[in-house]
This record gives sequence, C-alpha cells and structure tokens, in this order.
Amino acid sequence: MARNGGVAWMRTTEKIDGYDLSTSDTEEVHVLAVDDSLVDRKVIERLLRISSCKVTAVDSGRRALQYLGLDEEIQKKETNGFDGLKVDLIITDYCMPGMTGYELLKKVKESSAFREIPVVIMSSENVIARIDRCLEEGAEDFIVKPVKLSDVKRIIDYTTTELREGEQREGARARRRGINKRKQREGDDDLSSSPPSTLSSSASSSPSSSIQSATAPLSPSTLDSPTRRLKMTSSE
Amino acid sequence: MDFVNQLQRKFIDYSSSLHREGIVDDQFTQLRKLEDENSPHFVMEVASLFFEDCEKLINNMAIALEQKQGVDFKQIDECIHQLKGSSSSIGAMRVKNACIAFRSFSDGQNREGCLRCLQQLSHEYSLLKNKLQTLFRLEKQIVAAGGSIPRVH
Repeated sequence: MARNGGVAWMRTTEKIDGYDLSTSDTEEVHVLAVDDSLVDRKVIERLLRISSCKVTAVDSGRRALQYLGLDEEIQKKETNGFDGLKVDLIITDYCMPGMTGYELLKKVKESSAFREIPVVIMSSENVIARIDRCLEEGAEDFIVKPVKLSDVKRIIDYTTTELREGEQREGARARRRGINKRKQREGDDDLSSSPPSTLSSSASSSPSSSIQSATAPLSPSTLDSPTRRLKMTSSE
Repeated sequence: MDFVNQLQRKFIDYSSSLHREGIVDDQFTQLRKLEDENSPHFVMEVASLFFEDCEKLINNMAIALEQKQGVDFKQIDECIHQLKGSSSSIGAMRVKNACIAFRSFSDGQNREGCLRCLQQLSHEYSLLKNKLQTLFRLEKQIVAAGGSIPRVH
C-alpha cells in the first residue's frame, strides 16, 4: 500500500534536503522507545543499541506523538516536510500516566502517515485480555517485562525482514505501476486507495489472529514468543 | 597480575552469593550480558538510577502513610507499581517480592500492614544497595588495576 511514507522504503537511495539518508543496505532500524520509567528507558535503550538500532527514547505517549509530529496541540511547521529520522518501529510501555501505551497505539494506527509503523507493547502484567486488546488494535507484538535481549532481537529481526521485503515489494510494485501507467490513461492516480498489500496485513494483526500467530511468521525465533507472552511469572 | 586475578575471583564469588541469596535474579545476569568494552559499567549506571528511584518512592510512601487526614492508597499503589517495575527490570528480586507483598496490604487499605511492608521494603532496599555497592567497588578496583570484569556466559 503506497502512501507518502512510501518514501521510507526508498530511503536507502534518497537524499532529502540536507538529510543524507543514503546508507549501505545494512541500514539501522530506528526505534522510538516510550516508557515513563527512567530505569526501563535506560535498559531498553541499551538492549536496542546492542541490537544495532538507532534509538530515540521518550518518557510519555504525548512526547512520542510530538516526536512523530502527531500532537494536535503542537502544530509542527512544515519546513521541508521532514522533521527527523524516519521511525521504523515503536516500542512502548503499556502502563503510563497520562496516555497509556494502548492509547498511543490507537493514535498511531489511526494516523494515515504512521499506521504502517509496527508498534510493540511492553507490560509487566501478563493479562490475556490486555494482550488481545492490543493485538486487535494492531500491535505487532506484546512483550512481558522484564525485557530481555532475546525479546528485542526477535522483534528487530522480523522488523528488518519486513523492511527489506517491503522494499523489494515496493520496488516490484512501483515497476508494475510504471508499466500500467504507460498502458492506461489514469485520471486520478489515487494510490492510497489501492487494496491493502500483504505487507500491511503482516504489520498489523487482524482481530482474528490468535496470540500464537500475532507476530509476523517470518523467522523461526518467533516461535518462542507465545511462550513468553503466556508465561505465568512465578512470583505472581 | 595475581592481584587482579584475586580481585576477579572475589568478584565472581561475591556475584554468585548475591544470586544464591536471592538478592538478584536472572534479569541481573541479563543486564550483565549487555556490558562490553564500550559500556563496561552499564549495570552500575542502571543500578544508581534505580537507587535514586527507590529512595524517592520509599520516601513518598512514607509521607503518604503519615497523612493524618487519610492515607492516599491510590498513590501508594502507584508507587508500589513503579517500584515493582523497576526492581523487576534490574533483577532486584527481593525488593520486587517485597513490593508484591506490599501490594496486597495497600489493596486492602490496611495502614498498619502498609507500614510494616514499607519497613520490610526499606530493609530489602538497604541490603541490596550495600551489597551492590560492594560488588561495584570490586568492579572499579579490577578496572583500576588494569584487569577486565569477568563476564558471565
């Protein structure tokens, strides 16, 4: 599904107004981490950096929206229309004062510009109803805290895979579109009304997906995620 | 070099004892794994953030429990939740467990019970802080003597 964020898939080859986005094909995933706890922010930041990600850590849902440029109260002045590094993944705590991770998830998924960004929820509470609610709202995955390196690696793995596959699919789609344009006269080339691609359906979980299939089944290591999520912590 | 080895031995032994005594759990080990040449004192850094956090929350709860006009149990619950979260993230098992026990008294709006729990929590926190500071001192001594901190595998 193409949208102006379609530029994200192509960013390895583009240069936008002073931002040199061209890198090698091992481009780092940029993660926006959201957690009100300073200790947890420090930990998640380290986990992500060790997993070769660029990290922006904020302490509230509100700040996350501001960073994305989605805060209704702060209208970002459109300079060159590009306010910072493109976010590839959002990982957020569930329980936060003000805006919960769930509310942040909803806002992101309601936004046409950012709904394709996978959102992962972290929570210390292993509550099935909560997990289901998040997945139904389009969360990519749900991690029970405390977060371990294996959790982060798993998520980065399939995010990277999806990004790569997205680039390939987008490239192929763009080439096909190019061919079609030559063949037909198009009046309104409204690409946003094109049917959802398989990429978007893997990025957002369908309501019918069970916990087991909530993660994109792209790597064998996702097999341990249902166990992680359904794990009953022995201390509770 | 023998001196460094001795320190490293001491470090390993002390570290093991912390696990044995349940002061720290596997999550602490997980955080150790995140240390490398670029970030050799990561655990120490997180721990000091945790100490600050803990002291602030314990203090807030003590004040809340002293309120004559009525205890704000919701605030206490919020403090416990935060402390349980961060102690879990750093692997401070006994502090975490003390929070879990505390929660049931705060849920029951039991002021006396809460006061006892807070005392227990303070005790566990002091124990943790003392022991971790001893461990971190060893860490610094090893590095100062030109050695490397034994890594867990």
